[in-house]
Amino acid sequence: MRIAYDRAACQGHNRCYLLAPELFDVDDEGYAILLVTGEVPPELDDKAQLAVDNCPEYAIELREV
Amino acid sequence: MARIAHDTTHFSSNGVIVSDFKPGIPPPVGFAPPITSDPPFHEVARRLLLPAFSPKAIRPLEGSTRALCRGLLDGMLAEAGRGDIVDAATAYSQHIPVGVIAHMLGVPPEDGDRFRTFIHRILEKPGQIGPTDTEDTMVFYLDKVIEDHRREPRDDLIGYLLGLELDGEPLSDSHIIGTVALLLIAGIDTTWSAIGASIWHLAQNPEHRQRLVDDPDVMPFAVEEMLRAYAPVTMARIVAEDVEIGGEQLAKDDWVLLPFPAANRDPEFFDRADEVVIDRERNRHSAFGLGIHRCLGSNLARMELRVALEEWVRRVPDFELVPDTTVRWSTGQVRGPRELPLRLLRTVAPTGVAT
Repeated sequence: MRIAYDRAACQGHNRCYLLAPELFDVDDEGYAILLVTGEVPPELDDKAQLAVDNCPEYAIELREV
Repeated sequence: MARIAHDTTHFSSNGVIVSDFKPGIPPPVGFAPPITSDPPFHEVARRLLLPAFSPKAIRPLEGSTRALCRGLLDGMLAEAGRGDIVDAATAYSQHIPVGVIAHMLGVPPEDGDRFRTFIHRILEKPGQIGPTDTEDTMVFYLDKVIEDHRREPRDDLIGYLLGLELDGEPLSDSHIIGTVALLLIAGIDTTWSAIGASIWHLAQNPEHRQRLVDDPDVMPFAVEEMLRAYAPVTMARIVAEDVEIGGEQLAKDDWVLLPFPAANRDPEFFDRADEVVIDRERNRHSAFGLGIHRCLGSNLARMELRVALEEWVRRVPDFELVPDTTVRWSTGQVRGPRELPLRLLRTVAPTGVAT
């Protein structure tokens, strides 16, 4: 799965950081930082899906490779 | 609702609590920046505060919050004595946000009760309160807190605000007072409500209480589900320019409400929208709002709610509503239990021994 994060849509809800800290960090202002580029390690697919499904701003996208 | 929350051109935050009076301080700044601010000033004011409320800045407050909750439970259970009835709203949930904010502001915990008086004048009865003794006003109180911090600098939120600069100048006292007013207004009744509503829910759902006791990993999901199902806050906007939305014509200066609690139960967005699914995994709730005004204190509120529930279910794993008593809910745009009588069915001593 490929993951994409839209910094312009992010409002710092921090749901992704709570649910998938392996994939997301946060900066000093609380906006998300995507820790992987492109492909999600397969063992983190479920966590990536959780991050997508809980982002209130629809700022994260997951696509089949 | 999401369209209104994201459209800051047609919908101004200059007024966020509906009242008969229009706000005295015009856009884009407003009375309590950044919640009452519009772009472009909003971003300036918000970015000053974001670092103090990021998840990493909030994490160190967890220990003192937990100690506060434990102390409140000790007091509540001691007070209950041999009886088995407590009021979870007045003996527990009410004191958590004021205790946490007092700690953050570096003021004595007992000042918390005064915070509640200040905010109730603004929130529950806007514009209806007659003249008040000057020394009993929020502005007078905060002036003094700022003065104390200037005389004796401290490493707390007031110290942080005093160290900030805007356009190369220190923040004005009125900006600092407005900011702290915002924290009191936005951070107290709201969190009190969320904690109380969650305990009210658990009192009526034994299987959910049991789940939290048996499976602590569910707690982060349960916290978001409580926020979805019992979102305490409805925000308002003032129409800045005539606009049509959802087939309705809105005129400049009209008030509109953003009913986050209703949006959170929209069956088009949530499966089993009216049901509390304690371990719900897909939960794009908007309890903290949407768009640029996302609740600044959401990380703090979420931590307080989680710790308050963790500590409650540890000490009071089994409890229920009391028949023939009244749960009293607040009125206005912040909704939560203000009196919540409960019967304790089983309590656990701090050492873990059942009593």
